[in-house]
Amino acid sequence: MAQPKRIPFDQDTPIELAKYYRFQWEPAQELHVLLYPEGMVKLPGSAGEIMKRVDGTRSLNKIVAELERAFPGAPDLRADVTDFLEVAHGNGWIRTKSPE
Amino acid sequence: MATAGSARNLPSKPHWLNAELTYKCPLHCVFCYNPVDYARFGPELSTDEWLKVLREGRELGLVQLGLSGGEPLMRDDLEIIIAEAGRLGYYTNLITSGIGLTEKRIAAFKEGGLNHIQLSFQDSTREMNDWISSTKTFELKRRAADLIQKYDYPMVFNCVMHRHNLDHTREILEMAEALGAEYVELANTQFYAWALVNRDQLMPSREQLERAEAVTNAFRERVGDRMKIYFVNPDYYETRPKACMNGWGSVFLNVAADGVALPCHEARMLPGLTFPNVRNHDLRWIWNDSPAFNTYRGDEWMKEPCRTCPEKHKDFGGCRCQAYLLTGDAANADPVCDLSPNHHLITDAVARAQRPDLPAGVQPIVFRDDKNSRRLSAETAPDDATTVS
Repeated sequence: MAQPKRIPFDQDTPIELAKYYRFQWEPAQELHVLLYPEGMVKLPGSAGEIMKRVDGTRSLNKIVAELERAFPGAPDLRADVTDFLEVAHGNGWIRTKSPE
Repeated sequence: MATAGSARNLPSKPHWLNAELTYKCPLHCVFCYNPVDYARFGPELSTDEWLKVLREGRELGLVQLGLSGGEPLMRDDLEIIIAEAGRLGYYTNLITSGIGLTEKRIAAFKEGGLNHIQLSFQDSTREMNDWISSTKTFELKRRAADLIQKYDYPMVFNCVMHRHNLDHTREILEMAEALGAEYVELANTQFYAWALVNRDQLMPSREQLERAEAVTNAFRERVGDRMKIYFVNPDYYETRPKACMNGWGSVFLNVAADGVALPCHEARMLPGLTFPNVRNHDLRWIWNDSPAFNTYRGDEWMKEPCRTCPEKHKDFGGCRCQAYLLTGDAANADPVCDLSPNHHLITDAVARAQRPDLPAGVQPIVFRDDKNSRRLSAETAPDDATTVS
């Protein structure tokens, strides 16, 4: 089992989409997409499953726990989620939700 | 992508729909990318016809929607179009000069689900002068920018750059900063349509470009992350062509004001192609099956040097429209490429631009207006070579 990496946000703080970003399922393309001014990112498969849970209520740890329940036995889930959210954060797609 | 057992290779799915809602415009920009002969086109699509295009587009997989023109605010049904786009799940971007934007309208756009507004300094020279002297059109831009902020839209500015405003890059950036811009695109003129008619007038010198880029870099250092600034060089100064539209009929579908469907903003003037009209065909047929959209897909149509070029899947031979406009054959390599035997057409135009003053005999600047469009229509369509169905 891979050790969680150092990530630039707290693993128990809820994360949300960055301002002006929208995430949705595209039936014609049969995948999830992330939409923003002047652009679009396709998020097929597991990337879409992770991003679906980035809704301002769930933290990284909560997302991992949920995915472990939804996909029991999937190897290296925590590492995959961490890697993806790190990339998403680095690209400015997501941010930690600031306390109310 | 074809799956095993499918009867034919379907083209890739498009995701970008650009709706040129109208060719009406209160401005007369000399670099406008609208067709020079727009004055002879048929009537604009009705509200219902646009709504049908939007519905068919979503079924086809289109998701990014650009609402442009002309000036899209000239359509008084823009609120209806935006609301339907929101309902259908498009991510909608309004591309506007801001002229005609009122609080009542922007409130309705927000309510309808408009995601993004790109404010253009379309008449940048005049706005610039006004900015320096703080007069009328700048105030108008100020009002539009204030509304955009008030309704919580990102502040995205676009300014088309050319010989007559590149030396004012600093002032343009300061103006954008004063208006609260978060994103600024300084895009050099691309030489099509009206800009091609005015090419010698608009082509910058190398020195101008280098100065403007240095000014932009210094400005970036000062503002840091507060403003994201893009500076796009004219392709005439490159030696490899742009991957125009990511390839013909690959991701982008343009519907013109009169309903003609095109793989880009400019392709309508290419001879020998019949571009389908959304009044007579649905978007699925247009995208997948119409001969026009299939003409320059793949690489079968390519000639040398593209045909055997190792970079052909990177840039797709460049732009078909530029190849036609400059060499007379849309299947030639885009002459921007220095491997093209026609590359001198580009370097000659660039060489002319290095002179400090325009030589005598250069055509006076031609403004985009109905009168000039009617005159250019008569010149550009002697035999009706391009038909529409």
